[in-house]
Amino acid sequence: MKLAAAGLAKRFAGGVEAVADVSLELAEGEFVSVVGPSGCGKSTLLGMLAGLIEPSAGEVLLDGAAVAGGPLGRVGYMPQRDLLMEWRTTLANATVGLELAGVGRAAARERALAELPRFGLAGFEDRRPSALSGGMRQRVALLRTFLAGRDVLALDEPFGALDALTREAMREWLLGVWEADRKTILLVTHDVEEAVFLSDRVYVMSGRPGRVQSVLEVSLPRPRTLELTGSPAFAELKQRLLAPLREEARAALGACA
Amino acid sequence: MSTPGARLALALGGRLEPRPRAGQRGRGLIAQVAPPLVVGVALVALWQGYVALSGVHQGILPSPVEVARALVRDRGLLASAAGTTLSEILLGYAIAIVVGVGLAMVVSSSRLAERAIYPWLVGSQMIPIPVLAPVVVLWTGFDIRPKLIIVALVTFFPIAVNTIDGLRATDPELVGLLRTLGAGRRQVLRIARLPNALPYVFSGLRVAAAFAVLGAVFAEWVGSTNGLGVLILDYGNETATADVFAVVVVLAAIGIAMFAAVGVVERVVVPWWRVQD
Repeated sequence: MKLAAAGLAKRFAGGVEAVADVSLELAEGEFVSVVGPSGCGKSTLLGMLAGLIEPSAGEVLLDGAAVAGGPLGRVGYMPQRDLLMEWRTTLANATVGLELAGVGRAAARERALAELPRFGLAGFEDRRPSALSGGMRQRVALLRTFLAGRDVLALDEPFGALDALTREAMREWLLGVWEADRKTILLVTHDVEEAVFLSDRVYVMSGRPGRVQSVLEVSLPRPRTLELTGSPAFAELKQRLLAPLREEARAALGACA
Repeated sequence: MSTPGARLALALGGRLEPRPRAGQRGRGLIAQVAPPLVVGVALVALWQGYVALSGVHQGILPSPVEVARALVRDRGLLASAAGTTLSEILLGYAIAIVVGVGLAMVVSSSRLAERAIYPWLVGSQMIPIPVLAPVVVLWTGFDIRPKLIIVALVTFFPIAVNTIDGLRATDPELVGLLRTLGAGRRQVLRIARLPNALPYVFSGLRVAAAFAVLGAVFAEWVGSTNGLGVLILDYGNETATADVFAVVVVLAAIGIAMFAAVGVVERVVVPWWRVQD
C-alpha cells in the first residue's frame, strides 16, 4: 500500500472528537475519494495524513510503514482554499515547493514554465493571483502541489469554491493530469458526483465524530469523460453513495433540533 | 486578537487591519487633489474674512496674509531651523523603524517572548513624555541625542504594534501548507510572515510619521538652542504670533511630506496591496 491510515482518531484539546477510528488504504497510482457530510472531520483526517495534525490514536503508513517523525513533508497537500500569496506571481507561487527543496531559481522556473500549458496557465506566469480567475487560481495551487514532487497527494475539496461548470471542466482536466502522471491521490469532497467520477474507490464517512461508514468500489471504465456522468451505471453508483449520506444529513438535522 | 496594546494603538490612530485601497488608477490627479484644495482655500478665506471683519489684534490671531508675509520674512531662519528639526525627525524615525520592527520580530518569535516583552512594550507608552524628556536631557545633554531618543520613543510603538499584528495575521493554513512543502520556521518567516506583515508595517509607519513631528518639537522645547520648536518658543516670547504660525505651517508641511513619502515607498514596496480589489 502506498498510503494507509490505521485507526486514525482525533480528539481536540477542547474535547471535540472530530475523527474516530478511520482506516483506509490507497495502492500506488490509485485515485481514492472520501465523502461525508460537512463537519464530519474530513479536513481533520487529511490534516493528519499530511502530518499537520497529530493523531490522538492510530498511525499513518507510507509504503507500508509508519514514518519516523510523521508524514509531514512526505505527502503533497492541497487545502480547500488556494492560499496563493498575493506578493508572488503565478510562477513564484507555483515554484515555492521547489524553492524550499533547494532547487535553483532558473531550474525551478524552467520546470514550472514547461508545466504551464498542461495546467492551462500559459502566458499567465507573471500575473499576480488577484488577476486570475477562480479556476486558474485553483490550477496554480494544484501546480504548486504537483511541482513539489511528492508521489502521494492529499487534496481537500480542491474545486469546492468554483462554479458548477468550471468545477466539471476541472474534474475532467484533473483526471487527464492524473492519468498522465499516475500519482496516488486522496481526494476529500462532499460532492458525490465528483467522488464517483474521479475515483477507483470511495470511502463514505459518518457525521461527527467521523468514521468510515461504507466503502464503494467504482469499477467504471477509464479513461473517463464527462459524458460518463449521464450513464445509468454512473447514476446507480451515485444513488448508492447518496442513500447513506442522506440518512446522515437527516440525523444531523435531527440532532440539532 | 484584541490585546490591550492593540486597542491602545487603535486609540492612537493606528489601523489594525489594513485594507486594500480601492483602485484609484481610473481617477486623475485633479480629481484627487481638487476636493481637499477647495476645502483648504475655503477655510483660509473664512479665516481671512473673520480677521478682517472682527478687527481682532494681530498678536492674538494673525490673518493668513500676515502668516504668509512672516513665512517670506523669516525664510532664512525657518530653513535652517527646519534642517535641524528634519534631521532629528528622520534619524529618530529611522531608529524607531529598526527598533520597532526588530522588537516585533522578537515578540512574535515565540509565545514566551510575547508574554515576556509585550506588556513592557505597552508599558513604555504609559510613561508621560513630558516627565521623561527632561530626564533624558539630563542624561545625554543638549545635543541631538535626547531628540533622537524622544522621537524614537514616540514613534516606535505604532510601528512595533502594527508589525506584530501583521506577523500574527499570517494565515495559519498558509503556514501549514508551507510546512508540508518542507519549510522550517525561518523559511515560513521569510516566505510568508514578513511579506504578509509589510502592509501593516506601512500602516504603523504612517501613524508614526505624524508622531515624529510632535516628538521632535517637544524634545526641542525641553532643551535645545536650534530647531523649529525653539523658534516657536522665541517668537512666542516676542508675541510675534504670525511668525509662530509660520513655523506651524512649516511643521505641518514636514508632517504631510513624510506621510506622503511613506505612501510613495509603500506603493513601490507593496504593489500587490494596491492591485487587490
